[in-house]
Amino acid sequence: MISAPDVVAFTKEEEYEEEPYNEPALPEEYSVPLFPFASQGANPWSKLSGAKFSRDFILISEFSEQVGPQPLLTIPNDTKVFGTFDLNYFSLRIMSVDYQASFVGHPPGSAYPKLNFVEDSKVVLGDSKEGAFAYVHHLTLYDLEARGFVRPFCMAYISADQHKIMQQFQELSAEFSKASECLKTGNRKAFAGELEKKLKDLDYTRTVLHTETEIQKKANDKGFYSSQAIEKANELASVEKSIIEHQDLLKQIRSYPHRKLKGSPLCSGETEHTQDQASQAATTSNPDESADPDLYTCRPAYTPKLIKAKSTKCFDKKLKTLEELCDTEYFTQTLAQLSHIEHMFRGDLCYLLTSQIDRALLKQQHITNFLFEDFVEVDDRVAEKEESAPPRPVPGRPPSRSLEECPIPQVLISVGSYKSSVESVPIKMEQELGDEYREAEVTEVSSFDPQENLDFLDTDMKGSISSGESIEVLGTEKSTPVLPKSDSQASLTVPLSPQVVRSKAVSHRTISEDSIEVLSTCPSEALIPDDFKASYPSAINEEESYADDSEGAIHFQASVSPPELGEAEEGSLENPLSQIDSSCCIGKESDSLRVPLSTPAHTPSEQDGVVSIPPQRCMQKDQGFRVDFAVENASPSRDNSSEGFPADELDPNRLLASRDASKTSLDNCSDTTSNMSSVASTSSDRTPSSAHPTGPSSERHKKRAGQNALKFIRQYPFAHPAIYSLLSGRTLVVLGEDEAIVRKLVTALSIFVPSHSRFAKPVKHWVSSPLHIMDFQKWKLIGLQRVASPAGAGTLHALSRYSRYTSVLDLDNKALRCPLYRGTLVPRLADHRTQIKRGSTYYLHVQSMLTQLCSKAFLYAFCHHLHLPAHNKETEEVVASRQASFLKLNLGLVNEDVKVVQYLAELLKLHYTQEAPGTSHPTLRFDYVPSFLYKI
Amino acid sequence: MLRWLIGGGREPQGLAEKSPLQTIGEEQTQNPYTELLVLKAHHDIVRFLVQLDEYRFASAGDDGIVVVWNAQTGEKLLELNGHTQKITALITFPSLEACEEKNQLILTTSADRTVILWDCDTGRQVRKVSCFQSTVKCLIVLQRLNVWLSGGNDLCVWNQKLDLLCKTSHLSDTVIFRLVAPTEESLEWNILEIKRLLDHQDNILSLVNVNDVSFVTGSHVGEMIIWDILDWTVQACECNFWDPSPQLDTQQEIKLCQKPNDISIHHFTWDEENVFAAVGRGLYVYNLHMKRVIACQKSAHDSNVLHIAKLPNRQLISCSEDGSVRIWELREKQQLAAEPVPTGFFNMWGFGRVNKQASQPVKKQQENAPPCSLELIGDLIGHSSSVEMFLYFEDHGLVTCSADHLIILWKNGERESGLRSLKLFQKLEENGDLYLAV
Repeated sequence: MISAPDVVAFTKEEEYEEEPYNEPALPEEYSVPLFPFASQGANPWSKLSGAKFSRDFILISEFSEQVGPQPLLTIPNDTKVFGTFDLNYFSLRIMSVDYQASFVGHPPGSAYPKLNFVEDSKVVLGDSKEGAFAYVHHLTLYDLEARGFVRPFCMAYISADQHKIMQQFQELSAEFSKASECLKTGNRKAFAGELEKKLKDLDYTRTVLHTETEIQKKANDKGFYSSQAIEKANELASVEKSIIEHQDLLKQIRSYPHRKLKGSPLCSGETEHTQDQASQAATTSNPDESADPDLYTCRPAYTPKLIKAKSTKCFDKKLKTLEELCDTEYFTQTLAQLSHIEHMFRGDLCYLLTSQIDRALLKQQHITNFLFEDFVEVDDRVAEKEESAPPRPVPGRPPSRSLEECPIPQVLISVGSYKSSVESVPIKMEQELGDEYREAEVTEVSSFDPQENLDFLDTDMKGSISSGESIEVLGTEKSTPVLPKSDSQASLTVPLSPQVVRSKAVSHRTISEDSIEVLSTCPSEALIPDDFKASYPSAINEEESYADDSEGAIHFQASVSPPELGEAEEGSLENPLSQIDSSCCIGKESDSLRVPLSTPAHTPSEQDGVVSIPPQRCMQKDQGFRVDFAVENASPSRDNSSEGFPADELDPNRLLASRDASKTSLDNCSDTTSNMSSVASTSSDRTPSSAHPTGPSSERHKKRAGQNALKFIRQYPFAHPAIYSLLSGRTLVVLGEDEAIVRKLVTALSIFVPSHSRFAKPVKHWVSSPLHIMDFQKWKLIGLQRVASPAGAGTLHALSRYSRYTSVLDLDNKALRCPLYRGTLVPRLADHRTQIKRGSTYYLHVQSMLTQLCSKAFLYAFCHHLHLPAHNKETEEVVASRQASFLKLNLGLVNEDVKVVQYLAELLKLHYTQEAPGTSHPTLRFDYVPSFLYKI
Repeated sequence: MLRWLIGGGREPQGLAEKSPLQTIGEEQTQNPYTELLVLKAHHDIVRFLVQLDEYRFASAGDDGIVVVWNAQTGEKLLELNGHTQKITALITFPSLEACEEKNQLILTTSADRTVILWDCDTGRQVRKVSCFQSTVKCLIVLQRLNVWLSGGNDLCVWNQKLDLLCKTSHLSDTVIFRLVAPTEESLEWNILEIKRLLDHQDNILSLVNVNDVSFVTGSHVGEMIIWDILDWTVQACECNFWDPSPQLDTQQEIKLCQKPNDISIHHFTWDEENVFAAVGRGLYVYNLHMKRVIACQKSAHDSNVLHIAKLPNRQLISCSEDGSVRIWELREKQQLAAEPVPTGFFNMWGFGRVNKQASQPVKKQQENAPPCSLELIGDLIGHSSSVEMFLYFEDHGLVTCSADHLIILWKNGERESGLRSLKLFQKLEENGDLYLAV
């Protein structure tokens, strides 16, 4: 049970509680309180992990060939977001892990430089010192003026929450791939344009040179050529060559989709070589023109100019900016996508996960979910994508090997590739540092994990659990050399790193069964490899050097077993220096980084800080908060399983509450107690200030609506018939003089209004003109202005004229005129004695009740025998009585509740049968029933 | 200002005070129309509706456009643009049997003095005639002779190909014309005046052919004359609809508003034995055999009744300038009952008037007791202005058109629900999602 993957932190606790007796009790010394500060009202979500930035952001960096790694821009572009976080330093880190950066060159068989269409690589890395964890998406863009025509870039999603990065890896990867695709497409477009310009230049140059040569030829027809003439001829030849090369490049870039990286990794040294030759030729042929190359090559408005055959190499020119590298339209689109990502992954991991689960569940009810859910298009898209995505490797299990069976490292695009690079870290550790190092590692893991409530481990547990011992297990497991899973890598002859990768992966599973004490304290033991990487800086450094290593290993493998790898691989073997060429720079830089990175992480002061400080702060501020909580938990909004749980179980609620809090301050009518306490907690809380992926407005809307609906229910004793009117499709007119009050109530009550289509709720917040029959067909909830002047008489007259279609709620007189309601459904939905205090809680309660109702309506609408006669002789009365008995007996509906379900069923039928949903309004259905007047 | 709220389920007090209008309240168990669909396409008063076939109808009005609708779904099928001014008459034009195209044709005429023949399946303008001296006010098709007539200041006879056959000059009173069909001898069409019927004292507003032997005319001053169709003699004349004498002692209000407009006969409808007349604000049922009014509802509406229709199930539907449509049922009165009129009927009339009203029918019963009564079984409120006309579909409900530019489709909610279920399961079956439990 423990080894089962725990996707959401709080489900783990529930799972834990499910069968507490089946499990042998842990030895006393190992039984750890799950969250020791819970009793003091601490909020585990509010603790900082030492990050220097206030919330997640996206960083785009470049590995500039001139100045090295440098940050380019952040999203959101606000210095407050990343605060004192050292972007330069982090850029260096994230750029240096791109172990598969490859360059363009001349392949051995080809005469011309070839573009290499490299797949993006996706890596997760962490920096415990900075408290930053990042999903890093490397990509290369083409630049005619850059070395090897490529410019390595990366986009990083930086978060203080490591688990967020890990668990959202698939989603992040998918979203970033979209952004990257967009950027690369724009870049290809720009690159092609650039090439075309260059070709025109060359063409023109050729013509000029040709003419000059002709003139010279004519000038001296003595049978021998002057050195000048030979020079010209050489230059002409090199221009010709250059033209062919560029044409070829253009052809390649244009044929991109057809040859999308199935080729082999190319050797960069070759390119260097030929380029050197070419440039040599260029310089020799035309020395006078080389002085001012920029004059000829950098022109935005284009007319062909005379150029020299080869442009000069880097360092003496300004490189294009990212914006210049990419077609403007695509660039803005990319930025839009990136800020979309930033929005999408805002907030706490738990929230993201629950909302994802929520969306997935909603997706399943695709027939009924239009009725009450705010289904945003974006969500739909995300959900679809999730479905279509390949099954996600479950954390806690060895990562799926299928991905790693792919022989070429450049195409490793999923978690697998990441895992392999991360997990291979310990090899180095083992070789270089030995056991004591690993011991340090483990402590680091436990202490630097921000999300796992393990901070107390160091203080509480260190004595009882011998981390060294448990590591011993780890070590022995690791050293088992067997592990012959059907796997290409396992069969390699000198597979130092891959093999250990495997063993490591397996060892996790084994440990999780054998040494529970370690794992039970570590809620998501699945992520240990990431911990290694994330929490221990030297691990990261090692990984960088590993990057070189693995390339070396793979090349070596290639020589041993050529069939496994492409034949073209041999090209790289022919030129072993190229490896050094491409990666020496990285290696050096990581070397220089190694020392300063690793040392501060070990300092105990830092550990102490992480452990002790946050709980103290929470203790002070979250007292009132917790009290609120206990009450809320008793409310029926939570399902039964949640009741009677210890405080730890309340985490999801707590999260919700704290999320609320951030918006509570905005809300003018929230509960004062919760407001105060939650605002207090918010001030210390980093995460909740951000919003749910569906957008801040909807989140806030839900919360406010729930709050106001709750208020309405408490305030008006006749709330039930009013809500019944809404549920049964009878238009409710909220009449009042004050627009703000009417609008607020309309917004609140709109949570009870079934939608006709996916697009909008049939709610009109404020109308001041007399109502018309069309309005009742279109709107099911209308806020109507009461005008005291004679002009208002028309409004009231219309209202009384159409009184049979409406229920009227008069806010000024606190009166309601609507049909009688005697059902049992609405009292459950809107109990004025409810213990629910918070708007969002109540909103969720309403949602769950309405979902239940929807399923009843679905059953009713889609039961074949209820609506069609079983045989020809059956009369309509029999069918009708069957329907009635189904509604009453099977669905347990009484009196007017039947009407609600019938109305919803009609909407379902209409929605299902409509060709293009949402194009037309449904008919106005009504009943000839008497109305009654309710007054306070 | 807030009396409507206090009034609870009642109709606005203002209306009740103005006239002894029979109201029914909000509980209408017999009213089948529990679903409505508002159709909006016109920009001005919609005056005419005509049924094209089982599921289509056309509407026309003052904005000069003709719209073809699907009566089941309320879908707008076609919009026929051709007239520049308001349409004054609309009629279906039966296509010739010999004609190869079976498309439904309609004739429209407008204040722009043109007549257009439309193809309702394609929306094509088939033919257009624009040689009129004056606005054509009405159109009639004589299918037997394959001709149609247009009436305005003069009467013209046209054939199917829209060739003018013959015409008359000015006409003013009820005149019987004989249409002389072309024979072998004379290839000329002619129209001859046969007899002028001069018994009406005022403008004749309505005329219907009741059966093979008689027709009925109604005039502005409330005379209804039943004529023999063969010798054009007056069979019966009923002109006391407006006679205030029986009401004088009881209802001052009625007397006060006895303007001629209130007693003009706007529309007739008929069945085998009865002629139903919309007289002013009231409805009258005249039995042809008994030659007397067998039921009446003197103030059936708040305002003039514009159109009435008889449904097969002894129901009568009326629409009025007050914007409402009412459904009536003709019921046999129990002659010997001690209380001849159901109490509920009168209780709704108002507060102080119950006793007076109760006494009046009793008195009437003694002298001239109508054997039947028109019982209000439901009203349809949707239009905000005068309901000009309505059309009854057996399968799809009722279509009403109004001066508020709207057309409303009234449907039987239960039946629609059943139809939707049927459609749902059809679609499920098409998609292959239907699993029948064995």
